[in-house]
Formats: sequence, structure tokens, C-alpha cells
Amino acid sequence: MAWLDAVVQGILLGGLYALFATGLSLIFGVMRLVNLAHGDFSILAAFLAVVAVRVLALNPLLALVVVVPVMAAGGYGLQRLVLNRLLGRGILPAVLVTFGFSVIIQNGLLQIFSADSQRLNPGGIETASLALGGGLAVGWFSLLTFALAVVLLGALQLLIGRTAVGRAFRATSDDGDTAELMGIDNHRLYGFAMALSLAIVAIAGIVLGIRTTFTFASGPDRLLFAFEAVIIGGLGSLWGTLVGGVILGVAQTVGAKLSPGWGILTGHLVFLAVLLLRPAGLFAKSRRVD
Amino acid sequence: MSLLAVHDLSAFYGDFQALFGISLEVAEGEAVAVIGANGAGKTTFLRTLAGALPVAHGSVRFGGESVAGRPAHALVDQGIVLVPEGRKIFPSLSVQENLQIGAFRRRTGPWTLERVYRLFPILADRRDQLGTNLSGGEQQMLAIGRGLMANPRLLLVDEISLGLAPVVVKHLYEVLAGIRREGATLLVVEQDVSQVLTVADRVYCFRKGTVSLAGAPAQLSRAEISAAYFGA
Repeated sequence: MAWLDAVVQGILLGGLYALFATGLSLIFGVMRLVNLAHGDFSILAAFLAVVAVRVLALNPLLALVVVVPVMAAGGYGLQRLVLNRLLGRGILPAVLVTFGFSVIIQNGLLQIFSADSQRLNPGGIETASLALGGGLAVGWFSLLTFALAVVLLGALQLLIGRTAVGRAFRATSDDGDTAELMGIDNHRLYGFAMALSLAIVAIAGIVLGIRTTFTFASGPDRLLFAFEAVIIGGLGSLWGTLVGGVILGVAQTVGAKLSPGWGILTGHLVFLAVLLLRPAGLFAKSRRVD
Repeated sequence: MSLLAVHDLSAFYGDFQALFGISLEVAEGEAVAVIGANGAGKTTFLRTLAGALPVAHGSVRFGGESVAGRPAHALVDQGIVLVPEGRKIFPSLSVQENLQIGAFRRRTGPWTLERVYRLFPILADRRDQLGTNLSGGEQQMLAIGRGLMANPRLLLVDEISLGLAPVVVKHLYEVLAGIRREGATLLVVEQDVSQVLTVADRVYCFRKGTVSLAGAPAQLSRAEISAAYFGA
């Protein structure tokens, strides 16, 4: 039963990892940009929620309503003002600049909020649990997180698959120059993609802050888990990202069950195993490279 | 007044100057052909008009307005639409989605999905397949249809004969003639002279980035065209 419990907890944890991974995958898919500050943006959002809770006396869940639009607007501005200038020169300039953002965000947070760990307290839901019988119980909040991940991925899938903006995302990803000739303003579209990416990672950051404590330096771990989820699932597949998150989550909880210190390590080992056996990930869409 | 008036246009392809002072006009409702050998600057010319390459020197007026230096997506709003060389079908989009991308700017006009499907019934049959699963000729139809979906005032067509069998090329030019009869304005670039002269009201021959000959096809002899095309 304890093992089953570990698996169930791992699956639910996977929902959170998928939330972190989705925005990363979207940005890479649309504009081949690797955002090394992705995890730090989620922590930045969590700190913004801390401020919103203190200043506006909001419940952290309501803080989402404030923080998510702020992060989205920031993402749009960042893309238009900075990141768009780096595109078309290979992958390295963007890697360096987003690494710089990562350093700036961490040190900025350290300056303003000190190194103390923080937590968002939504008032009880984070500890409430649902008994499934047989001694098995799952946290309401974990369940909610997982459901949120599924709903968000579903919505994103619809956006990309069925709307004009989604078609433009795919066309630009295929061939940016020709997309411009069809009337698509790539730079504006990239701004929109980054806004979407940071909106989703802001949700992930606030959810994280409710589940667990965080500090200014919590971002890079999140980035690593997000990368692992994306790569296990396969680039370009949204549902693959969810599966990747779930596999990583289960590996971590089952590993921790084996020995309390092994959780993260087991996750990394499973990731490496997938990389070895299926380098393109489990659900990668085959793409022509030209 | 001309719909498109290009005066003394120079442009570069990378570091290489490809156009040296091109002047050319297209009137509303006219079909104009640009012919010339490989490397004459035809594709650079169309890509410059479409905003994909910068204007180094000279002026481009469209509908009486200067449009040189505007980005490609803004020119689509104005009604300048390019059917690019090599078709450039989006591989992860279905046939129908490729057509819909053409209508991204939502310019209003006569062309709709339905009308494009009537023009190219084969595309309607394959609407759910990936665009790149089509044959070369069908992909070229898709590229033309995608351009029409933008409801262009001026359709720029780059080398539709590229890599296609003569019978397919003939069919595509019949379709272009049909589009033209419905009032479209066309600027067609082509290496294959025989077909393009059947649709063109006027023809410009490019050689080494300059206009080497211009006139109505009926007034030009084969010898003149050949001399302008290959150099005497």
C-alpha cells in the first residue's frame, strides 16, 4: 500500500512538473529559444504573490489573478525589448542572456527578500486530504494541481491546434521567413508566446509556493525538472510533457520510498535512462531538419 | 496610374548586389512577366518587393504610396502577396491550414476557402492531409491558393514551373490565366519563357540585375528575347 501511495503521489507531483515544463516547451517549439531563467521566473512569480498577499491582503490563490497578468505582460515586454533581438543568431546568445536574467532575478530577490525561506498560505486547503480507502489518501491541493495541469494543457492544445494564433505558432516554427510573407508578424507572435509561457510558469510558481517553502535560489532546480519532463515526454508534444512530468514525479517519490535521500537521484537516473534509450523522448513528433 | 511603380531599385542578396537600378511598372489588372536566366536577380526582385529583403536604393510605390522598407507582414496588409519560389508549404500544417494561414491578416475580398477549393478541387479532396504529402504540382497549387487567400491586390508569383513536369506547368499557367481574367493583378517571374508569355500582357527580361528588354510579347521577336535573356 505504501508503494501504491508513492506512485499516486508521484503521478500528482507530475502535474506540477508539467506546469513548469509546458511554457519551456512552448517557447522552444515556437522560436527555438532556450529560456534558462524559466525556473527563476516561476520563483519570481511566487515572490510577487508573497507581496500581493501582504500588501493587498489576498488569499494566495486569488493572488494568481494579479500575478499571472503581470508576469504575462512582463514576458511580452521582455520578448519585444530584449529577446527578439537575439533570434536568428543561433541558440547561444539567448542561452547567455537568459542565464544572465537568472542571475539577476536570484540576486534581486536575495537583496529584496533576504535568504529566508518563504511560503504561501492559502488557509487550509494545502493540508486537507481525501481518503481513497485502504489507507490511501491524496491531498486536495495535489489533486487540484494535477487537474489544473490537465485543463491548462488541454486549453493550450486547443489553442495551438484549432485557432488562427495556434496555426501561426506552428507555421512560424516550421519556417519563420515564409510565415512573415503570409502576413505573420513573428516578433509580435513571439511576444505573445513568451507572455503565455510566463503566465503558465507563474501559475506553477504560485502552486509550488503553496505546496512547499521556497527561497530566492529555488529556480534552477525547477528548470532542471522542467527540462527533464520535456525531454522525457519528447519535444513538441504537450501531452508528452504531462507524461514526462508524471514519469519524473513517480521516479522521485518511489525513489524516496526506497531511501529518503534517493528521490531526486532516482528522477535523474530515470531521465538519463530515457535519454539513453529514446533520445528523442517518448512522444516526440518527428520533424524534418533542414 | 500604375498600381506598382518601381524606380531605380537596387538590392542585395547577402553581400552580393543582385539588382542594379531596376525600373518597372504594373498597372491594375495587368499581368506582367519577368523572365531571365538563373542569377539574373528575378527572385531577389520579388523578395524585395514583398519586403523579405531590404531596398538598398530606389523607390517602390504601391497604390501611389511609398512602401520601400516596410516589413513583409505589413505589405500583406497593403495587398502585396508573394507565392515564394520552391512553394514553401508549412510541413506541420494540413492543406486546409496552409490555406488558412494565407488569410491570417483577414483582408476582405473575393477569395475564400470555398472559392480556392473550386479553383483547385484536388486540394478540397486532400484538405486534411499534411501539405507536404501532396505532389509537387499539387503543392504549387496549394502555394498559389494560399497566396490568393490573402486577397492580394498584387500577386507576386515566383517560378511556378520549378521542378514540375511540362504538362503540370501548362495546367498551372491556365489557372493563372483564369485568375487573371477574374481581375487579379499579377507579377510573374519565370525562367521557362514559353508558358509565361501566354499569360503576360507585358514582359521584362532581366540580365545580371538590370532590365535588358521590355515590351509586349507580340512586339518582341524570339531573337530579341533570346539576346536579352542570354546576352548577345
